[in-house]
Amino acid sequence: MDILGTVLPALGDAFGLILQPGVLMFLALGVVMGLAVGVFPGLGGIAGLSLVLPFIFGMDTVSGLALMVGMVAVVPTSDTFASVLMGIPGSSASQATVLDGFPLAQKGEAARALAAAFASSLFGGLVGALFLTFFILVARPIVLAFGLPEMLMITIFGLSMVAVLAGRVPLKGLAAAGLGLLVGTIGEADAGGSLRMATYDIAYLTDGLKLVIVGLGIFAVPEIITLLRQDQSIAKGAALGAGWFDGVKDWWRNKMLSVRCAVIGVIVGVIPGLGGSVVDWIAYGHTVQTTKDKSGFGSGEIRGIIGPESSNNAKEGGGLVPTLIFGIPGSGSMAVFIGAVALLGSGDLEVGPQMLSANYLDITYSIVWLLALANVVGTALCIGLSPTIARLTTIRFTLLAPFLFMLISFAAFQSGQNLADLVALFSIGLLGIFLRRFDWSRPAFLIGFVLSNPAETFANQAYQVAASKFREGMASGLEYLFGPIVIVLIVITAISIYFGIRQAKVIMAEGEVESGGKRAPVIFMALVGIYFAASFYNASLISDRLITDKIFPMFVASVGMICVAIMLVMMARRPATDTIFADRESHGGDTSPVHGLWPTLAWFGFLLILTSLVGFILALLVFLLAFMRIRAGLSWTKAGIYTVCSIAFMMFMAWVLNREFPPGLLQHFLELPWPLT
Amino acid sequence: MSGVSKHLRHAAVGAAALAAFGIGASANAETNLAGKTIQWTIPFSETGGSAKWANFFAPLLGQALPGSPKVVVRFMPGAGSTKGANWFQKQKNGDGTVMFGSSGSTQFPYLLGDPRVRYEYKDWKPVMATGTGGVAYLPAKLGGKFDGSANKLKGEKFIYGSQGATRLDLVPILAWKMLGLNVEPVFGIKSRGAGRLMFERGEANIDYQTSSAYLKSVVPLVKDGKAVPMMTWGSLDSAGNIVRDPTFPDIPTFKEVCGKTDGCKASGEQWDAWKAFFIAGFPVQKIAFLPKGTSQEVVDTLTAGFAKVKGRADFEKISAKRLGKYPMFVGKDAQAALARATSVPDSAKAFVKKWLKADYGVELK
Repeated sequence: MDILGTVLPALGDAFGLILQPGVLMFLALGVVMGLAVGVFPGLGGIAGLSLVLPFIFGMDTVSGLALMVGMVAVVPTSDTFASVLMGIPGSSASQATVLDGFPLAQKGEAARALAAAFASSLFGGLVGALFLTFFILVARPIVLAFGLPEMLMITIFGLSMVAVLAGRVPLKGLAAAGLGLLVGTIGEADAGGSLRMATYDIAYLTDGLKLVIVGLGIFAVPEIITLLRQDQSIAKGAALGAGWFDGVKDWWRNKMLSVRCAVIGVIVGVIPGLGGSVVDWIAYGHTVQTTKDKSGFGSGEIRGIIGPESSNNAKEGGGLVPTLIFGIPGSGSMAVFIGAVALLGSGDLEVGPQMLSANYLDITYSIVWLLALANVVGTALCIGLSPTIARLTTIRFTLLAPFLFMLISFAAFQSGQNLADLVALFSIGLLGIFLRRFDWSRPAFLIGFVLSNPAETFANQAYQVAASKFREGMASGLEYLFGPIVIVLIVITAISIYFGIRQAKVIMAEGEVESGGKRAPVIFMALVGIYFAASFYNASLISDRLITDKIFPMFVASVGMICVAIMLVMMARRPATDTIFADRESHGGDTSPVHGLWPTLAWFGFLLILTSLVGFILALLVFLLAFMRIRAGLSWTKAGIYTVCSIAFMMFMAWVLNREFPPGLLQHFLELPWPLT
Repeated sequence: MSGVSKHLRHAAVGAAALAAFGIGASANAETNLAGKTIQWTIPFSETGGSAKWANFFAPLLGQALPGSPKVVVRFMPGAGSTKGANWFQKQKNGDGTVMFGSSGSTQFPYLLGDPRVRYEYKDWKPVMATGTGGVAYLPAKLGGKFDGSANKLKGEKFIYGSQGATRLDLVPILAWKMLGLNVEPVFGIKSRGAGRLMFERGEANIDYQTSSAYLKSVVPLVKDGKAVPMMTWGSLDSAGNIVRDPTFPDIPTFKEVCGKTDGCKASGEQWDAWKAFFIAGFPVQKIAFLPKGTSQEVVDTLTAGFAKVKGRADFEKISAKRLGKYPMFVGKDAQAALARATSVPDSAKAFVKKWLKADYGVELK
């Protein structure tokens, strides 16, 4: 394309379109709304976009784009709050941020962690936009070069990050990832529709488990329960240490890491169908591998925040490429975005190849730079807010916990609008608690879960297409499977696994864990083994006609069973003090809790059961009041005020976002007005 | 700043601003919906074609109804839309505030006797329906061998990126089979757009898209000489015959191609089955419903609302741009469209089930 003749004038026109007071106002509005929605764990850009859709119709094109882009752009920025402060992955883009962000919050350095994250987000967003400005012109052939074998290899590369995060016993990390992969296959198979570890009698399971629920269950529930048992504040001793300025300095010291991770973010974001789910893990893996002293990871290494956060905003820019020039959404929010663009202005604008033509290039560049500008506005707001919000970590956690239970229950319910969402959250939460207790790598589990579906479908489809190419001839088959990109990725993956395993022992992604006592770790290991065996048997029942539905779960389950078998042998031979018997409860609990696990969990169970009986809002009323009076020991008056404020907040959010609450048995018999429905 | 004022005006859908322009009282008894909120439930995610469809109509409908109620679109995805449809079956709130939008993907499991289906189309009250068409196309190299018949393509090995044999893809896959083409579907594609990308990458070498997607994304490929249109599924005339799709008058229909291809018959059991599922999936693809037991007055009100949308001077223009040139049926026409879409003879159902099991091992049990 003629750079001087077409690109530069288009860039100039784009800035002309953006830099108007009206447009900037809509951008700011979008940013503020995006920040508000993003703070909610589990409600990402889709919820935000649905909120503005009714107003998009016929809106001036650039203003409408400013509103929507502003919102989409800042969700990966604001979800950092939940990741760092509470250990809750706000969205798939900030899973890796939890690993080092939350330990920093516990050290009282939440403001530093947040500021470093926001500075990285901002920088990542800008680098992403700059890169995209030129890349978008040559992107079409590059995106087309990513066929099924290439996507499969990227997925495998993502899975190889398990090696880094496997923990002290590599086999255990592998088994954890295998468990994640298998949990990801639950439900109807994509290819032939066979059911795996599910039945039509429990309709909920046929759709499989949602990432929101698994992410919240695996990370948020165990952290909340642990903190609640200590009855302290998140920041130990309620003291705040290093502030936001230190965070910005931290980022400045690591700006090259930030550049590299931003570029990783853009490139991985560009690949349609894979989108954001792996970006932060790949960036985290890269960060670990390029850091000399690896001992700090998992216990508050600031680089562990800078890497993933630089990549996840850049990813949004990358995700625009398939969205804009192929009309294929890189993520859920991009899909809504495409639909909404057609409602703008006179309806002339349709995303697709024409976005690169001279007529529309200015609009395309407006979108790219609106994204960058939104990052600037959003980050400025977030950094400004972070010292205040960081103070949340000094509040006695017992006062925060019920509010968080309320939020995550609500978020979980939005994923399927089914009471079973809450049951699933509770069950996965229980699994998360045990994985944490016995030092099974939770990041490995989550990576497995996230990549389960891409790994299975890409493997099946690549196999099918390759088989047909091989029938054409050996040469065309090999050429298809082992293109240059695939070979490069194989080499990178091999190197990453080799170094990953060597380094894994040093990296305590989730801190030090004591060993002692054989019984509990062995029982848990055996239960995991039984699940592998059951999955294997269950998949083996599927008809051979539908081999594509059974081969993947059977393969993963076999690997899992082998890992468990070897580890059981190791357990029989080694003393109870060996790392394989890691158990956080072995010496009375790792964090000197004042409350037991089961009574604490019972509170959460209480909310769940009560909801199933009388619906969410009435259940909250009883739960919050009882919790505040009995567990937190507040006076009835204070407990009452707390309850009323929390429920009012919940109702306000649900009303604005037009969301429902989980109904219970009572609602089945009685028609009640909103919000009691 | 016209953008802002326009924005504010839309924000006030449901408020007095629009009502003030006076939507004249019609001769029929009408329910005034002022101050109400109509929840239009779509059994798919926010990202699909049905979402786009409902998001397009919702604000227009709100403006057109007496009292200018707020129309919000709600998404309830799950179990390939059967979850949302099962939910709708249980709704009794017939005051016009509960509406549902079904699609071909809701029709097919119903017709095929999917065990999860607990809904009954005959109970529901249709108020509006729209249709679409579909175009099959080939890569340029193979397109050269297509001469209006599929005879010279029979030796080829085709790969097709498919969302699943029990979905709308049933129609193209069965059509290609009837032409004697050796098409291997690669299942598990997430959207028709992803299927087109496979075609562009050369991994698939046959594909189809619905009309609007074809116009938007495939026509540029045809212009670049990378793709060649093969056939449309056609369009239904008022007598129920398949005729050329008015959007693509120059592209032959499957019926024509079948007539010219050796061994393909546009009659008999196989043809009837194909035609029945084509009608259920394309010319009457998306339908807006009110729940069982809704009073005729409310049905009339909503019908009049949609008729008013259809009657807008600019409707042709904005709908063509946003949804493609789809036919839109309102009231009695919607009723007739529903009847066509859901009255598949048992023999056709039996044939399709047998074929799905024999060729793909898919059993609906």
